[in-house]
Amino acid sequence: GGMLAAAALLVLLAAGPGRADTGRDTLREELLLSPLPAGDVAATFQFRTRWDADLQRGAVSHYRLFPKALGRLVAALGVRELHLALTQGFWRTRTWGQPPLQAPAGAELWVWFQPTVTDVDKAWKELSNILSGIFCASLNFIDSTNTVTPTASFKPLGLANGTDHHLLRYAVLPREVVCTENLTPWKKLLPCGSKAGLAVLLKAERLFHSSYHSQAVHIRPVCRDASCLAVSWELRQTLTVVFDTFSSGQGKKDWSLFKMFSRTLTDACPLASESKVYVDISPKNKEKELLEVTPAPTSVLEAVVQGDKRTYAAYDLLSPSLFNTSRSLNVQLKWKRPQDSSELPTPILHAHRYVSGYGLQTGEISTLVYNTHPYRAFPVVLLETVPWYLRLYVHTLTIITKGKENKPSYIHYQPAQDRRRPHLLEMLIQLPANSVTKITIQFERALLKWTEYPPDPNHGFYISSSVLSALVPSVIAMKDVDVEQSPLFTSLFPSSDGSSYFVRLYTEPLLVNLPTPDFSMPYNVICLTCTVVAVCYGSFYNLLTRTFHMEEPSRGGLAKRLANVIRKFRGVPPL
Amino acid sequence: QVRLAVPVAVVFAPGSVPGDLPRPLPFRDVEEMEISVNVRTSVTSQYEMVYRGTTAQEEAALDAATAREADAALHPLQDSSLGSLTVYVVPETSSLLPQGISVYVGKHRSALVRAGGGLAALRMRLRQLTQVMSFTASSIASVLSDRVPDGQLGPDTRRHLKSSLGYEITFSLLNPDPKSHAVHWDIEDAVNRYVQPVLDKLSLVANFSVDSQILYYAVLGVTPRFDKESSSFLLSAHSLPHVINPVEARLGSSAASLYPVLNFLLYVPERSHSPLYIQDKDGAPVNTNAFHSPRWGGIMVYNVEAPASPQASLPLHVDVDMVRVMEVFLAQLRLLFGLSREELPPEFLLESPGNEGLADWELDRLLWAHTMENIATVSTTLTSLAQLLDKIGNIVIKDDVASEVYQAVASAQNAVAELAVGHLHLAFQASKKAVTSSERAFFDPSLLHLLYFPDDQKFAIYIPLFLPMAVPILLSLAKIVRETRQRKKEPTKMD
Repeated sequence: GGMLAAAALLVLLAAGPGRADTGRDTLREELLLSPLPAGDVAATFQFRTRWDADLQRGAVSHYRLFPKALGRLVAALGVRELHLALTQGFWRTRTWGQPPLQAPAGAELWVWFQPTVTDVDKAWKELSNILSGIFCASLNFIDSTNTVTPTASFKPLGLANGTDHHLLRYAVLPREVVCTENLTPWKKLLPCGSKAGLAVLLKAERLFHSSYHSQAVHIRPVCRDASCLAVSWELRQTLTVVFDTFSSGQGKKDWSLFKMFSRTLTDACPLASESKVYVDISPKNKEKELLEVTPAPTSVLEAVVQGDKRTYAAYDLLSPSLFNTSRSLNVQLKWKRPQDSSELPTPILHAHRYVSGYGLQTGEISTLVYNTHPYRAFPVVLLETVPWYLRLYVHTLTIITKGKENKPSYIHYQPAQDRRRPHLLEMLIQLPANSVTKITIQFERALLKWTEYPPDPNHGFYISSSVLSALVPSVIAMKDVDVEQSPLFTSLFPSSDGSSYFVRLYTEPLLVNLPTPDFSMPYNVICLTCTVVAVCYGSFYNLLTRTFHMEEPSRGGLAKRLANVIRKFRGVPPL
Repeated sequence: QVRLAVPVAVVFAPGSVPGDLPRPLPFRDVEEMEISVNVRTSVTSQYEMVYRGTTAQEEAALDAATAREADAALHPLQDSSLGSLTVYVVPETSSLLPQGISVYVGKHRSALVRAGGGLAALRMRLRQLTQVMSFTASSIASVLSDRVPDGQLGPDTRRHLKSSLGYEITFSLLNPDPKSHAVHWDIEDAVNRYVQPVLDKLSLVANFSVDSQILYYAVLGVTPRFDKESSSFLLSAHSLPHVINPVEARLGSSAASLYPVLNFLLYVPERSHSPLYIQDKDGAPVNTNAFHSPRWGGIMVYNVEAPASPQASLPLHVDVDMVRVMEVFLAQLRLLFGLSREELPPEFLLESPGNEGLADWELDRLLWAHTMENIATVSTTLTSLAQLLDKIGNIVIKDDVASEVYQAVASAQNAVAELAVGHLHLAFQASKKAVTSSERAFFDPSLLHLLYFPDDQKFAIYIPLFLPMAVPILLSLAKIVRETRQRKKEPTKMD
């Protein structure tokens, strides 16, 4: 009956308004393989879904390539920009060079909200809870004690009308451990899942057997075209992993896709409009090429990435010629002659941070920022977030460059409130050419309440990485390129002009010991007191319940007999 | 004790008044019926009948040529409040009703009944009719199903969705083989045309949100069996329960809301498994090629016709015929809401609900059921809250939680009172409010029983005290026992 009725109604409704344009969506996927100076290999996956529709209007509810879970989140909570990174390990900028995209160890989340959001804190809390559910991460531990609102370090990366920093929230959970359970939901957001395209390489057993693993989600509004009259939404899913091929490959620096991922590529994701693998084959030290990649790349391109001219061998998985000769693509790289690894090029900007001092009362955080550029000075914005249980003494803040005090041109300091919010210290520091700047600040360790200690408190407390954002002058001039055409790894951060490029670096997270009480003490006290009380009770009880009666003196104990024997010897009458 | 009052107006057209009426028109009458749910709970339904003659306007409206026209003309003349019914009795010889049909149920809250057979026969017919248009014993029992002893309910009763303040409807297109099929569906237009009118009508019951997604490489959990005779693939009925689980992992949860989700999946089988047909229990192919899962949603298999030439370039462009798909999904939606039309005697004729997809009286049926279910939910929630408080004596009830509980009780009582006087709409709103308040009280984070230290563990901590203290007591007890035993022995020794 019901079926017939429905059929009738559908026939009645055959005519109606025409379809609305839901917007085009495209997917681009790419993999960048770059051999690192120390012999490791970094693999950076980027999947970009671009949707020519305005998520904010709320009218959009029909999803194709863009994942519904994230789209609804953006629409429901008034998110303008969302950046989430889950990282295991630390990117060693000094030896590995400038990363395409670095993230601090643990979980990092920063979000710009729409100006229409009235209660940003509530939306932030709700957002972190939902993301925690989507990515199976403990983002629900983000609360006011680890959330800050930076004023200068984090600018919107996408389209933005104003930059009222009250709409920004930033939090890092340095203790977060990233593993398979975070990777699986991340892969599920890809239109092709891990069934086709570059994502087939993402096998957890290999990815987590690495020196560095970082997966991220970036959502931002971008210009739909050059005229920028309409907004498109971009979802970038990036995954960076560093394999130590040198030690696992018995001292050989040669690698292949199969060696790294135990998989090879067989096809592109059928939904992708672009699917490419890039291999960084830039010659080092202007010498002749030392590397040999097989099979022959479909094309070789030169690009200026982070102020450096680089050469990439590109494989286009969508070109039909690639899979003609062999059914699968296994990119291999061989070094023509053993390379001298002593002459590592140091990146222009890098930093190092440590905690010093002794005892459990005070300490000092020192940050060393290096500018190795031979002749150009540039400013850097340093962001420090320190939890409230380290009480920073701001009067001890010293910044020393080349033996002289370096006065920051901008300082924003928000003191912590116990159990409410962390310290936030932002400084704009000028780094002279070829210099090391040392920033130190002393702190006192606070005593926590016994319920506030995390499990295993003797492991220490993590202090999240400090963030360095800088426009680094480039060695060679960059020309303006069409963002839509250039490889994805060049285009997340906007380049301001041709002479400099944007770099965001994270220092090491710190591990600080706090005075920890003996957690078994309450129980020990209870045991001790109870024992004392029980002993007293026992003797009183005995006193009260025992019946006393006189006893005839017997022959006496052992002592008496012993005394009598001695007396006998002495000839004295016994007792 | 819940009493459901249904106001029914019985209007006699001239020439249809039975001869054996007890009193002259107009008069009132009350008919009661007891619906027992279990030993302790029973619901009384009370039909408040008002018998009267037609007015001039109604008479004119009943002069229409067909029942449908009469129904449309009568609509503005009726009491249009939710839950009320109007029955027009037409003469036995009236040509308004088709041959062989004696009861016609319209799109709104009225019905036409052919007179004949005296008052007893009319009463019998009216009872049947009012049950169809409001609620039956089984529909009430099924919403109170957690109170009904197991085994007394049919399989259908567990199919209905639980009453909720809102529902999310998700249409998903599963394309496991994007290399061979580039499937396009114009879901936005289909939703606007076919689903939205139904949801607009249902908006009185709950909030609805509709969205859709396309999932690639999503496969069913069962490998279909190849049938040589028809050179097609078959999914048998007993393997259907295993189909959903792997798909469900891909569907994504509704992170942004707490409402239950209704999933409607359109599955385009891979090229290597096409065509795919669903078989019912007897092995016959299901003609809609779809099935539904109670309280979850429905799945439809949409086969793509093989290209005429085998060399056709892949992927094959497929435009989904949304009319065919929506027809199935809408029918499943009605099933999930418990709006399936029951088996009726042959002399009943139900008007098709038109483009709203739902007749007014069907909405009333839903509201009756949901109101009852809400009241039952509130009482269950508050009972378990009370049980929790009994279990943990030192639990702290904050003022806001207490006020939510009072609010819930007051609203629930209000709903019951409104039901007893036949104000369905007010009763439903009160019951919704009661559910909201009771859930808010029950799920308040301060009422987590893990927050409270269990009493038995306190004893464990003080064992270092109790144990040494027990030793002298036990020793002296043993001594007393020993002494009394000796004292008992001593007299025998004296002997």
